[in-house]
Amino acid sequence: MSNTILHKAATRGHADHGWLESFQSFSFADYYNPERIQFGALRVLNDDRVDGGKGFGSHPHDNMEIISIPLEGSLVHQDNMGNKKVVGKGEVQVMSTGKGVFHSEYNNSPDQPAKFLQIWVFPNRLNVPPRYDQIQRDPVKEHNRLQQLISPVPKDADAVPEGTWIYQDAWFHIGHFDKGKKIAYELKKKGNGVYLFVISGSFRVDDGQTLDPRDGLGITGQDAINITAMSDDAEILIMEVPLKF
Amino acid sequence: MEISTLHILVVGRDHEILLVVERLINSHEHWAATIVTTDEAALAAFNKQQYPIVFVCAGVTAEEEETLRQRLSALDPSVTLIRHFGGGSGLLENEVRAILDRRSIRPGKTN
Repeated sequence: MSNTILHKAATRGHADHGWLESFQSFSFADYYNPERIQFGALRVLNDDRVDGGKGFGSHPHDNMEIISIPLEGSLVHQDNMGNKKVVGKGEVQVMSTGKGVFHSEYNNSPDQPAKFLQIWVFPNRLNVPPRYDQIQRDPVKEHNRLQQLISPVPKDADAVPEGTWIYQDAWFHIGHFDKGKKIAYELKKKGNGVYLFVISGSFRVDDGQTLDPRDGLGITGQDAINITAMSDDAEILIMEVPLKF
Repeated sequence: MEISTLHILVVGRDHEILLVVERLINSHEHWAATIVTTDEAALAAFNKQQYPIVFVCAGVTAEEEETLRQRLSALDPSVTLIRHFGGGSGLLENEVRAILDRRSIRPGKTN
């Protein structure tokens, strides 16, 4: 049976630490709402703004797949695996934190804010060796169609998936649409659910639900989802995740 | 149930991560963390102090988690042992609050 759960942007958790402002689709840190803990394996969806010259100092993570999608500006990433990278708008960063990693993320600009989505997905394997990856999005591939950003770890080590991968049976796609364009998304794995998150513009989902910027909609019990862009410059992130894991 | 201090036992294999989790827990008034890197140390701590919550994290395997659950439950059937995910501050408070709500535990309400 098909079910949906709507998270309007204005109903998200909100934390303002001055240098960091965060809107949280799911319970996180000081925001605790027992009705909004997770959507299947999707546990965290934070919409963050970090002031220029500021950032998150070195801190640990373990056993979580962390995906960051910069929307404005760029971040300097450094970790104890020896990586020092800049990840900016048009790129995607993935960390499989596995048995443990320490990292820091600072705004690369001294005076301009950086905005990014911080997404955590529960892994399907515990204590894997930590891994860092970063990919470039292709604006052509995501104009009026969906570009795959994330897929499950390849079974074949030589396989090269589109985008990058995580330790979970999850697929993330992103697309930037003109008004009136239709999107047909077919789920990759039976039993998974889909969480839609509107980055900009507005969309109508097949049941007639309209989604505005930063709205989220969880959908379960469907094999395919039809979405229509209701405005120009409409950008959407589609996250397919296991509901049981 | 009202208790003065919520004692939380954290079992992991990565001492550096445990130190951060300990600091985060202890930053809350009425919460107190004990961190250990071995199951034997966990059992020893458990015999000295009542821990309503035990977190496993940072390198503990699923099999080790289940073994520890059985051993600690034999000593105190009311213990809640769950995996702490994420290693840092993001989910820790949520995980504790969910358990406190479920078990109606209210730290800091008595002396």
